[in-house]
Amino acid sequence: MLKYILPLLLFIVLAVFLALGLNLHPSEIPSPLINKAVPAFSAPKLQAPAEKLSPTDLKGKVWLFNVWASWCASCRSEHPVLNQLAQTKAAIIVGLNYKDEPEAALGWLAQLGNPYDVSIMDQDGRIGIDWGVYGVPETFVIDKQGVIRYKHTGPVTPEDVQQTFLPLIAKLQAEN
Amino acid sequence: MKHLSIVFLLILSGIACAGVEYREFANPEQQAAYENLTSELRCLVCQNQTIADSNAELAADLRRQVYEMLQQGKSKQDIAQFMTDRYGDFVLYNPPFKLKTGLLWIGPVVFLLIGLIAVFLFTRRKRSAATVEISAEKQQKIRSLLEEGDQS
Repeated sequence: MLKYILPLLLFIVLAVFLALGLNLHPSEIPSPLINKAVPAFSAPKLQAPAEKLSPTDLKGKVWLFNVWASWCASCRSEHPVLNQLAQTKAAIIVGLNYKDEPEAALGWLAQLGNPYDVSIMDQDGRIGIDWGVYGVPETFVIDKQGVIRYKHTGPVTPEDVQQTFLPLIAKLQAEN
Repeated sequence: MKHLSIVFLLILSGIACAGVEYREFANPEQQAAYENLTSELRCLVCQNQTIADSNAELAADLRRQVYEMLQQGKSKQDIAQFMTDRYGDFVLYNPPFKLKTGLLWIGPVVFLLIGLIAVFLFTRRKRSAATVEISAEKQQKIRSLLEEGDQS
């Protein structure tokens, strides 16, 4: 009896591991920043380099922090989704223009539309390091207390917006 | 068009420069710490390379970060902590032993034990199978069969 059960058990164990492995996304690294306060920065605004923005300016508001660049191909596919999300006015969208040329970035916004309430510049990638950015695009959701509640790696899809972002934003807007 | 080609050339020149990095260290210990750290930190973009090996832009930024922190007199632990605070344990090629990484560390030992037990059980079964006793009656039959075969 054992002779038949043992290979069957081995097969089941192997199959379960392989099935789990198929559903893993090894390129998505869990961020240790979830449920931590936002990393501090004070960065020049893309459209007004003389002015600076820091996270304390956004205290008391729910905001999205979207890392983008004009050289990033998947940002282009994500852009219309962000434009639509911006129209719902569900939350403030802050853009981090990551390792980009300001002219190229401004040209991109002029051409494709600007979903951001404000974009800040991170030309040498230091803010990116503080936020644990390793791939563009990335999107963080920050609550009213300035705590990172969610991180999305890769382009945001319309399904992500409907299933994850809007419900989460609604929940965070209801918090104090 | 002319404008575009200039932009293209500028981008290329950036790539050409990225190949060579010039770092100056205050002392050999600092240099050793730099080389040690960059070869223990994972490049998050090309996950099977260290930041010392990788040509990815992020790897270059992280090398710069390590260098600057060493210049500021930060210790190796400080820098490793800085990186894990931002990127998690995954950034370390030599992750610390804790509940989450337990399987990673113990896994190979467990598999070795399973293998040894399997080999032990398997060989023991074979040995016992080899020493099956044959009754006198059967031996007689075998002999007669063999002799029969010889005659034909």
